[in-house]
Amino acid sequence: MSDTSSKEHPPQLLDRVVIRFAGDSGDGMQLAGDRFTTSSALLGNDLATFPDFPAEIRAPAGTLAGVSAFQVHISDHDISTPGDAPNVLVAMNPAALRANLDTLPPGATIIVNVDAFEERNLRKAGYEVNPLGDGSLSAYTVYEVPMTSITTEVSKDAGVKPRDAERSKNFFALGLISWLYTRPVEATAAWVNERYADKPLVQEANLRALKAGFHFGETAELFESSYEVRPAELAPGEYVNITGNTATAWGLIAAASRSGLPLFLGTYPITPASDILHELSKHKEFGVRTFQAEDEIAGIGAALGASFGGALGVTTTSGPGIDLKAEMIGLAINLELPLLIIDVQRGGPSTGLPTKTEQADLLHAMYGRHGEAPLPIVAPKTPSDCFAATLEAARLAVKYRTPVMLLSDGYLANGTEPWRLPEIDELPVIDPGFATGTNHVDGDGVAAFWPYLRDPDTLARPWAPPGLAGLEHRIGGLEKEDGTGNVNYDGANHERMTRLRAAKIAGIANDIPPTELDPGEGDAAILVIGWGSTYGAIAAGVQRARARGHQVAHAHLDHLNPFPADLGDVLSRYEKVLVPEVNLGQLSRLLRAEYLVDAISFTQVKGVPFRAASMESAILELINARGVGPVPGGPSEGAPPAEHPGRTFPSNGSNGKVAD
Amino acid sequence: MTDLADAPTGDQAVAVPLTTRKDWSSDQEVRWCPGCGDYSILAAVQMLMPELGVRRERTVFLSGIGCAARFPYYMNTYGLHSIHGRAPAIATGLAATRPDLDVWVVTGDGDSLSIGGNHLIHALRRNINITILLFNNQIYGLTKGQYSPTSEVHKVTKSTPFGSLEQPFNPLSLALGAEATFVARTHDMDRKHMMEVFRRAHAHRGASFVEIYQNCNVFNDGAFEAITGKDQRADMLIPLVHGAPIRFGTEGQRGVVMRTDGTVEIVDATSVDESELLVHDEHRDNPGLAFQLSHLAAGPTEPTPVGIFRDVERPEYGTEMRRQVDQVIERRGPGDLHHLLRSGSSWTVE
Repeated sequence: MSDTSSKEHPPQLLDRVVIRFAGDSGDGMQLAGDRFTTSSALLGNDLATFPDFPAEIRAPAGTLAGVSAFQVHISDHDISTPGDAPNVLVAMNPAALRANLDTLPPGATIIVNVDAFEERNLRKAGYEVNPLGDGSLSAYTVYEVPMTSITTEVSKDAGVKPRDAERSKNFFALGLISWLYTRPVEATAAWVNERYADKPLVQEANLRALKAGFHFGETAELFESSYEVRPAELAPGEYVNITGNTATAWGLIAAASRSGLPLFLGTYPITPASDILHELSKHKEFGVRTFQAEDEIAGIGAALGASFGGALGVTTTSGPGIDLKAEMIGLAINLELPLLIIDVQRGGPSTGLPTKTEQADLLHAMYGRHGEAPLPIVAPKTPSDCFAATLEAARLAVKYRTPVMLLSDGYLANGTEPWRLPEIDELPVIDPGFATGTNHVDGDGVAAFWPYLRDPDTLARPWAPPGLAGLEHRIGGLEKEDGTGNVNYDGANHERMTRLRAAKIAGIANDIPPTELDPGEGDAAILVIGWGSTYGAIAAGVQRARARGHQVAHAHLDHLNPFPADLGDVLSRYEKVLVPEVNLGQLSRLLRAEYLVDAISFTQVKGVPFRAASMESAILELINARGVGPVPGGPSEGAPPAEHPGRTFPSNGSNGKVAD
Repeated sequence: MTDLADAPTGDQAVAVPLTTRKDWSSDQEVRWCPGCGDYSILAAVQMLMPELGVRRERTVFLSGIGCAARFPYYMNTYGLHSIHGRAPAIATGLAATRPDLDVWVVTGDGDSLSIGGNHLIHALRRNINITILLFNNQIYGLTKGQYSPTSEVHKVTKSTPFGSLEQPFNPLSLALGAEATFVARTHDMDRKHMMEVFRRAHAHRGASFVEIYQNCNVFNDGAFEAITGKDQRADMLIPLVHGAPIRFGTEGQRGVVMRTDGTVEIVDATSVDESELLVHDEHRDNPGLAFQLSHLAAGPTEPTPVGIFRDVERPEYGTEMRRQVDQVIERRGPGDLHHLLRSGSSWTVE
């Protein structure tokens, strides 16, 4: 089926394409997108994906609220985002068309399941007139394919009930798009065989639909030609396509393996973090213990208890879950025990946007506890980077005996990209460095164990899990005497301990790499600096600006607390510093506070990642405005935005610019 | 990844050393109010430990917040004084990963029945291998005298000057409702009884729940005097003895029978045949009868059963968790990181 060489028209070459599969929540669009992605990955394309689905498990069928979409960007060169705008939209019903139309550039291709464009569905999607017939889609190339009827027809003699057969229409769409972009379907067919081995009727219906879709493309003469996106020139190595959540789970297993510590995950299910629990719970052969607790507090509490016992304690959460964990994080900071807190950020406040991405927990991670309670913060920048970032977070937690916050987000969690697999031997080794004996001799010459006698270099205290005689000790949330760890309420001791805890975390700056900086060529005057999942969009926006002949530098922060030791120097080298974030300007506040730099905040909070185009225009605006005073639309601090004279906007404390 | 429970710490080869109460006492000055019932509980525990044949380095005392929660500082063992109500949650992670440890959770009525109620019931339900000592003084002591979830209705306290409106929890009924596998009650005026109950609680594999009536002589003095006072005990405490008819009173003149509707009542034992008295069975699988016994007294002013209400066997969580891990390792072999990373569809770029 993958042999397309005999066709009259050879496939046209494309360097990249963005395809968006959209349908009802129950239409299986995530599955279709995922399988298409896998085929493309196996073909060697570079790719990035963006699943975009509603919080409701099954919103009313046919409605706008129920539309679920999966966007995939495949390319023959290195790409960093799932694409700003789809070149192709597959719309399984009118609602899917309507919900996604405004993302389509003129000239884009729309493939609709024409069977679904009947009166009832049109009405549910809010169409009074069928858009397929009123000329409203004249800017696009529209293909009307009777997906439901062909899918039902091909399974008619297979003993599948028509209602059940219809459910395979996502495989028809997948087959059709596979033909259109010259992807073989064998791998998907094999997957269907395995996945539905115990449901032979479903298996058969899906296979028939898949083949029917492929053959439809080949024989219907609807399409002028098929297309091909050649493999990208990726660095040699073995690759997998991986989501951020899977990479995080594997990173945890790697951290346990490289430290020799048993892994214990205490957690409570919450979107979009739950997949880390799901993935880890499959891998008990690594000694992994996963514990689904009664609530978020018990999840982190059990993890801390496991850490006290000498395990690598981990908790995962999202959204309001991180609020609930604050008290236990404070205890972990005071106990000075290793603990990993993985926050897969989502839109807030409160329940907010459970399935949509946001980066708005940075200040919570920094400051969301009572008292002086610093902890290290690490942020992955791409789905596959979640692996290395998790390992790094574990390294810091164990070495410095501290809770560490890893700030992933919904986009990284569910998005995918090809990941060149590391050699296991190259992964860092984490030494638990357990206490092995007494560490102090008292005035009477008696050996004692002081649980808060610190390593002079790292300021970390000894980690002595129960089990060793002579090291029995008591720790707790009350302030402790420096050294002995005994309860102590003395003011001078508290000041000393508070400063020691702060110095321990601040000192990590000397143990992390310098700022990751892509300076570009020549003397850039503008630095774009971001953190976490904005990496791809910033990199793409910077590349576009450079392609127009501008010199722009890009720095990206993996460590948010402490910052790399050279960050102040890096910032001072640039005339303008632009800080794009999917929040209202949290990193920009930290940079301003820490380095007195006039950081210009550029933000959006739409539940979706930045587009490369909006990043590009923000950079270009700044370039155009350079040297002629404040950025248009981005007045200096304190003044109301120019376009809304007289209105008092809630200031985010920096120059407020809003993305597209 | 080794299991820490298996880690060679050297002590397995050496016989458990003989110890005295002093060995189990830390060098920290005990700072409860003079006359507090906590002192006698601490003494009972410290005196019991040498008799248990256990190692200090394999013993952990864990607590939350409250007067009782200072307990770990006074034990020369490993200890963790945590945050309000969360000790059972922290203990769950510790006990689940370290089945080799004896984990004791010391808590109070505010700590584990108010802010930590959720963790308590789930630790009991899961049958985590911990021994919970709940010091019930029916008052908030550390915050200086507010009513607690075990304070009686109409209780006048600092926060209820016109009387409490709340129905109190019956801690034993709650534990039994959560399907706890070991449930017992003792009181701070009888060291021998405490030690015996603690010994049994420690011997039980799984979650053991012990309610200790404890006098707070500052904020709720005499709350249990009517039943635990030396002169009252014989008539007001009903000792539960496995396999024996339930009777009490100086002459054993009163007893407990089961009514036809399944509830229990106190009767004049001299007026009924011995065979009609309820014979106590700790091991009864159904917690219903133990629940009835926990309801025999409406509060510590009426004849109240003490001793072991329930002691049944059920798989213990940490052991089961470990068994599952072992089974998977046996089936699949130990995990290999190299293979894990290639467990999906991988492809090679030359």
